[in-house]
Formats: sequence, structure tokens, C-alpha cells
Amino acid sequence: MPHTIAEKILADHLKDSGRDAPSEPERELWPGDLVEVAVDVVLANDVTAPIAIREFANLGVDRVFDPSRVVMVADHFVPNKDIKSAEQCRVMREFARSQELVHYYDVGRMGIEHVLLPEQGLVVSGDVVVGADSHTCTYGAVGAFATGMGSTDIAVAMATGQIWMRVPETIQVVYHGELRPWVGGKDLILFTIGQIGVSGALYKALEFSGPAMEGLSMAGRFTMSNMAIEAGAKVGLFQTDEMTCSYLDARAARPYVKYKADSAATYSQVLEIDVGLVEPQVAFPYSPDNARPVGEADDVVIDQVVIGSCTNGRLEDLRVAAEVMKGHQVHSNVRCIVIPGTQRVYTEALREGLLEVFVEAGAAVSTPTCGPCLGGHMGVLAAGERAVSTTNRNFRGRMGHPDSEVYLAGPAVAAASAVKGRITGPEEVLLQAR
Amino acid sequence: MSGTAWKYGDNVDTDVIIPARYLNVSTPNELAQHCMEDVSPGFVGSVRPGDVIVAGENFGCGSSREHAPLAIKASGVACVVASSFARIFYRNAINTGLPILECPEVVQDTEQGDQLRVDLEAGTIRNLRTQQTYHTSPFPPFIMRIMECGGLIPFTRQRLGGAERSSIDTGEGPGD
Repeated sequence: MPHTIAEKILADHLKDSGRDAPSEPERELWPGDLVEVAVDVVLANDVTAPIAIREFANLGVDRVFDPSRVVMVADHFVPNKDIKSAEQCRVMREFARSQELVHYYDVGRMGIEHVLLPEQGLVVSGDVVVGADSHTCTYGAVGAFATGMGSTDIAVAMATGQIWMRVPETIQVVYHGELRPWVGGKDLILFTIGQIGVSGALYKALEFSGPAMEGLSMAGRFTMSNMAIEAGAKVGLFQTDEMTCSYLDARAARPYVKYKADSAATYSQVLEIDVGLVEPQVAFPYSPDNARPVGEADDVVIDQVVIGSCTNGRLEDLRVAAEVMKGHQVHSNVRCIVIPGTQRVYTEALREGLLEVFVEAGAAVSTPTCGPCLGGHMGVLAAGERAVSTTNRNFRGRMGHPDSEVYLAGPAVAAASAVKGRITGPEEVLLQAR
Repeated sequence: MSGTAWKYGDNVDTDVIIPARYLNVSTPNELAQHCMEDVSPGFVGSVRPGDVIVAGENFGCGSSREHAPLAIKASGVACVVASSFARIFYRNAINTGLPILECPEVVQDTEQGDQLRVDLEAGTIRNLRTQQTYHTSPFPPFIMRIMECGGLIPFTRQRLGGAERSSIDTGEGPGD
């Protein structure tokens, strides 16, 4: 019978079949089935790991199921923002050491987890990945069934290498047409969430497909999968194509399995989007589905710009921002904070001269951290302040004071807005003499 | 049990249930000191054991932070009734033993401050102001077993102990 990508990957991970018993007849799964599946990678960070470690201890298990498949990254409140954060990081660090975790990343070697794991080749096509972070769905871009969970689920997955799942229905989003200038993955996903709403894909999988996706860069795909959760989705999957394979072949330490949906697979909904009609997008407070064309935000004066995060902290994102900002100055009323996603992104941006562009423009460049995205540190907003941010959430109080505001956008709009001191698209900056 | 209803709208996200600035701790009682403070500053001072949060669609959307159900539970809230739950919150509530019920009719008819009597075993909610009783749809058997054990950790500990190795029953109803 024809199946979606999500159904196929989960069926191949059923705990009593699949890789360890290839002779067993293939089992089919359908939406609504409750199953236990084997997990390939389990992830936690400095905010979620301490609870997971506490619950792991409550299970009465001594060792994680496989120290090479439990990944921990200190990224949210690091470099430690205060004493309590330092204590939380210490809990994770000591656990990682005592369990001899192969992939534990601390300050100086870390990155924002969802930029870091694909870059390091730790997540591959066909994997089931569970992470105690809602943006774990980012890895759908490499064809992994990757989903966020809470710390207790992660504790059980760390101990057993298994997790229970409900097989999701799938919504297929088909993108046609040619992208307009300065429109990228962020604009497409904000537009899509604007169409279906923040609960439009609740309990479901999203499959991003169509001719316009074939030409979209891996960075753009990561951005789209990253924000699947902002529509309530469990995963945001791409078919594994040549672009995925060349990305994985350069990084993956493990063999991978390619999946694509059957053409006759059953979808709960099919959404067609002509990308040629999509302008650069801005999501207004206080919801990611409050997306509008950038032109509608023209009179919004801003105090801060953040360029980075697990959504848009990749080298390609920094290139776009630098292209807009080069030769210009950050507006005198704006603090602009640029955060490369990983040490490698930082190094490459340094070599390409991108960081020089930012610093000369009057932007602050930070070591990788999730910091400002969730109002942790490195750019917390005061009451009444407004920020344009390439991050993924603009809920009330997300970046600081409950009366501050976050406008979500891609790197081109963010960089242009930093220069002009109000929300605008890149054309206005590029037309201006340098 | 019965208590006062705290009424909220759609898409209550985990950033307002427990703002990230407080995630540098993970003990439930500390987290409860800041529960709902950005949307409901009076909540922490006024909530009483047995009270019920009543909210619209997609309750608990956003971050995966388990701190959210831990904060709600430690604040004394006996149950969250919503039209629907965000999937990670749904799992987290079941895993940590915070009772949740899906019932759009209750949400529609309940006003802030109403007295609600919740019977979790029977899956019924009675509004003492309107004298109306509502029946919620039961959870799938597998999820019921996790809840009956008091959460995923005791459930898994029991299974690892060899007491139970049976496979999951497929059931209808909202999933993760």
C-alpha cells in the first residue's frame, strides 16, 4: 500500500522488526497507530537535560542505551549567564562525563544544537531522532523523522533506546513557481504557517514538496523544517534528493536510508503554494502565524535586531545579511546582534569576511548561543521595546519583558531593518548609496 | 474534586505558562512561583489546590519545556481542560502525571471563576453554576495505563522490571 515518508520511517523502526530482523515480513503503519519505535539519536540541552537526568535516575537504570547516540549540547544559557545556569550545566556535564557520552558539546566547541547536529553528520536520512527541544524537527530537512519531546520522554529514550509514538497523519505542502528576489526558506515557512495557522498541523506531519523545493538550499530547508512545530506539527519532512545526499555524504559518519513518499499516499490535506506570489514576510506579535508581506510593516520602528538561531544561524543566512549590510551602518537607535550558529559557521564567516562586515557596520557578533531567542541573555528586551529577529517565536515575553515585541523575519529583512531603524525590505537599503 | 476555573483563550504557549527567564531552575515548587505570570499576574497569589485551568485550542504550544506542566501541577491546579492540546504538552502532562481532559463544550460554556467538579476516573466535569455535566472521550488504553501508573517513569520502571512486556494497544482518541 502507498505510504507517506513519516509512515515508512516509523514502520522501519518498529522495535520488533526492521533492522535487526530483515527476514520478518514488512509491517505497515497507518495514522493513529500507537507504536513503539527504536530511536537512532536522543538529544538534550542545558535547560532540558537536568530534568531528563533526574528522571533517568528515577528509572533505576545505570547506563544510557548507547553513549554514541545520546547527544548533549550546552547552548541555551551558555556561556553561563548566571549561577543557577552554571549549576544546570554542571549537572549535564557531569552526567555526560560519567556516561562517557561521545557527543557532548560545551563552550568553545558547541553550536546551537539544531545547526550543530546536521553539520557534524550526527543525524541522517531515515533516522528517528527525539530531542528535548521542540525544534528537533529541524532534521526533517535531511529526511529524518525528528521530533521534540519533554525531558521525561527523553529520559526513557536514553535508558531504553525506544519511544512510543502515534503515527501522524500527513499534510502535504506543494510549492510551485520561481522564488522572488530575497525570498528564502524563512519567508516560505512564515507564509505557510500564516496560511494554516499555529495549530493547523496539530498532531500531524508536514511534508514539504514540489518543484520549488528541489532548488531550495539545505539551509533554506533546515529553516522550513525548523518551524514545522510553529504550525503544531510533529515533524517537517523533505524527501531525500541529490542535494540531501551531497550534504550527507560530506558529513555523515553512518550509512543512511533514502525515503520518498509514494505518489498515491494518503494525505489529510494537500496545500498548493505558488512561491512567485510570496513576498519577504514578517510575522507580527504575538504569533508566528501573524505573517504579512514586509511592505505592511513599514512604519514599525525598532530597537534591536537579532540575526542567528537554530532557524537562521547558518553560513548562508549570514551571507545574505552581510550582502545587505555591507558598506552600511546599523541605525543609531538599533542594537544589532549577530550570532553564528556553530564554531564552524563562525570560522567560515570569519574567513569569508562576513564578521568584519557586521562589526564594521556596528553590530555585535556573539559566540554561538540560543540566548536572546528565548529571552535568556545576550539581548533581552525592556518593556515597550521592539525587535526584528530571525528566530522562530514571537510569543508574548519571548525575548524579554512581557510588553516587548518580536517581529519574525528572514536575514535579508532583518539586516535591512537594522540599517534603517524600522522594518523594511532589502531593496530600500541596496538602492541607497553606500 | 472541585475548584475554581481559570479561563484562558486559544494557543496558550509554554513561554507564558513558564517564561524562559525562569528555566535556570527545574524544581517544581520554584517554577510554580512564576506560573502564568506574564498573562495572568494574579494567578500565583490566588490559585488554590483543586483549581482547574480551562483553555481553548492548542494549549501548551511552543517549547517542549516540561517545566510547564511541572509548574502548573506544583501550583496546585488539579486538572487542565482544553479544546485541544499541543502534542508535546499532551505527552508531557501524561508523562508527569498532570491530569488533562479534552472537552470543547466545557471550554465554551465555562466562565472565569465558575466552580467545576472534575471526576477523572469517570471522565466527567460538572459546572456547579450551570448545573451542567459533561462527558469527555476516554484516552487510548495504552495512555490510560501510563496515567494509572502515575506517569511514564513508574510505568517504564514497572515494564523494565519485567512485570509487563506486552505491546501497545491501538486506540482511538487524541495522540501525541
